[in-house]
Amino acid sequence: MTPNAEQHWARTKSLMILMVGLWVFFGFIVHMFVGALNKIVIAGFPLGFYMAAQGSLIVFVAMLFWFAKAQDKIDRETGVAEDE
Amino acid sequence: MANASADKGGFLNNLGRIYAIYTGGFFGFIFLVGILEQLGVGQKYLGYMFMGLTILVYAFIGIVSRTSDVGEYYVAGRTVPAFYNGMATGADWMSAASFIGMAGSLYLLGYDGLAFVLGWTGGYVLVAVLIAPFLRKFGAYTVPDFLAARYGGNMARLCGVIVLLACSFTYVVAQIFGTGLIAQRFIGLDFTVAVYVGLAGILVCSMLGGMKAVTWTQVAQYIVLIVAYLIPVVWMSAKKFGIPVPQLSYGQALQQISTLEQEFVQKGLATQASLSTTHTAPFSRYSPANYFWLIFCLMVGTASLPHVLMRYFTTPSVREARQSVAWSLLFIFLLYFTAPAYAAFSKLEVYSTLIGKNIADLPAWVYSWGKLGLVNICGKAAASAEAVKASCAALAGHTGVLRLQDFGINPDVVVISTPEIAGLPYVITGLVAAGGLAAALSTADGLLLALANALSHDIYYKMINPNAPTKQRLVISRVLLVIVAIAAAWTAAQRPADILAMVAWAFSLAAGGLFPALVLGVWWKRTTKQGAIAGILAGFGVTLLYLLVTRYFPGFGVQYLGMTALLNPITWAPIVDLKVAMAAPNAMDGWVTLAHPLASKVGWFNINNISAAAFGLPVGFAVMIVVSLMTPAPSAELQRFIDEVRKPRGKTLMEEKSGLVASH
Repeated sequence: MTPNAEQHWARTKSLMILMVGLWVFFGFIVHMFVGALNKIVIAGFPLGFYMAAQGSLIVFVAMLFWFAKAQDKIDRETGVAEDE
Repeated sequence: MANASADKGGFLNNLGRIYAIYTGGFFGFIFLVGILEQLGVGQKYLGYMFMGLTILVYAFIGIVSRTSDVGEYYVAGRTVPAFYNGMATGADWMSAASFIGMAGSLYLLGYDGLAFVLGWTGGYVLVAVLIAPFLRKFGAYTVPDFLAARYGGNMARLCGVIVLLACSFTYVVAQIFGTGLIAQRFIGLDFTVAVYVGLAGILVCSMLGGMKAVTWTQVAQYIVLIVAYLIPVVWMSAKKFGIPVPQLSYGQALQQISTLEQEFVQKGLATQASLSTTHTAPFSRYSPANYFWLIFCLMVGTASLPHVLMRYFTTPSVREARQSVAWSLLFIFLLYFTAPAYAAFSKLEVYSTLIGKNIADLPAWVYSWGKLGLVNICGKAAASAEAVKASCAALAGHTGVLRLQDFGINPDVVVISTPEIAGLPYVITGLVAAGGLAAALSTADGLLLALANALSHDIYYKMINPNAPTKQRLVISRVLLVIVAIAAAWTAAQRPADILAMVAWAFSLAAGGLFPALVLGVWWKRTTKQGAIAGILAGFGVTLLYLLVTRYFPGFGVQYLGMTALLNPITWAPIVDLKVAMAAPNAMDGWVTLAHPLASKVGWFNINNISAAAFGLPVGFAVMIVVSLMTPAPSAELQRFIDEVRKPRGKTLMEEKSGLVASH
């Protein structure tokens, strides 16, 4: 591997670990506290219920748009991005 | 050819305008049907208009997108922009189960049903980060293509094809079943006839134009299904709470539901047992472990289902493949974050208009669904006022006032019946039916294409006749498409009993069989051919074994595999007494029906069989890693191949000799 490719893959891996970490947190960990979160009620929504019905989903969508940008930035900076 | 590609350029440059006109036309059509309804045109004809016109439009798109180019047939010429591929993936993804079944499951399961909402969305994070961009870079036509290239040959390809066939076929049968149900209800066709009519609708979209036609039909179908899903909820939200944003206003609906739930108990209209599941309380249907394993299996399954992954082969670049996953999730999210609102509104509607009423004054919709056996009152189908009276009179001490525990609704009719229950005009019901049909058809299209492509490209072209000329490959592909479609329709027409559970199984099978091989193939260079093949077979085998044994051979599982009874998530008591059930004469029967006392009620570690990949996936990973470490590392050439897959720049790696130009 060229130094560029190595750097590209190292940064890609870090980004992957961050994304998978966020996925674990919002996909699972936050819902383990549903009982406690349900005691907080906002606009009629018990928070624990809300996180599973909407909150985590919003995070997932935002994460993916951000990821597409972040990975593209890595690709460009390490010179392995596709030509436009 | 030159002419055709000039047309294509024109079409691709004008996508925005074309689909904007299409969407406007669809709204105009809804409006027109609404006027016709006011003028007194019969409901049956309104139903015909919705079904007929939408299917005609899909067929038209399918026919104008016909192609004889291999690249267009398999990957839509890799010209689909991220945004539109996102819409197509949304339609591909959201099946009859999402559109028709999801809100119904949430209605019945409350919080625990959200496992499906989370599981069917979060998986896209894995798709974007771990898998799809790399498969796009590789330039596969099918998922097994990648396995074959990465794991040196046709053995890995064959393993991939087997998993693909197992999960996609069960899934497509469920879609055709859903198509049949909708057509039966709304245009009054006999179920078997309805199944074959649906089949014709599916084939006309996919047969002539392959992926290219399916893509542009799916975009059109996405627009229909999302409009159809949102309009009734927005309407109900505006009507009840004065805000046309159901996702915000249903918080109030949730509050009213819990107030009503408490009132029912005080007035003796509900027993504590029938309310053991209050709407927002967690873990009353699934134990926490089952809840989280279900989410996990659905998410990982999402990232492994071939008909989803292959959508990302169609984008012009790796960059757009990533953006496209984000768009896909956004479009899917629009429906999924509305589903809990849908469920809350219909529950509120039923609670406030039905419960506590005299059984003599039930609204007409109860009987129209009761006749089909989809609404039960006092334990029996509510076929007519007399039938309801008789079945309630048969209950000891029934006062003639409808109690919560007297009312039962099939989850599959919640979405379709809610507009009617909420007193919206029939045009909305017809619209919802058209949306459900679009959801079922679009998913079926994608699945059939995945199946037929695996058979024609992977089995026939790559394994049997690598010298087949292009024309012959496409003919074979189309013939196989028809054969698979007929086989699926035939299976659906037999009305297999646990059709919806089978959809959830497809996710576990895909997860256990394909996920380790796809992820490690990109992310761990040391994965070897032997490791991958052993891992696929082990992961898939364990998942399949768990599904088959717990569902069809439960006695065998208890006797020989150490399975125990599943536990009630509230009381933690076994849901079946193993001693009694195992002593019964039918204990060791095979291929048992759901009525069998042990069917789907036993397992390891209290894990439901819909989460079967809870066992298959770890086994698959472990076997793949251990066997890989025991076999010699992949060649330097293969390591370079993986380096190439990992970086976006450069040509696709799988070059197609005839036709398609690889990279644009």
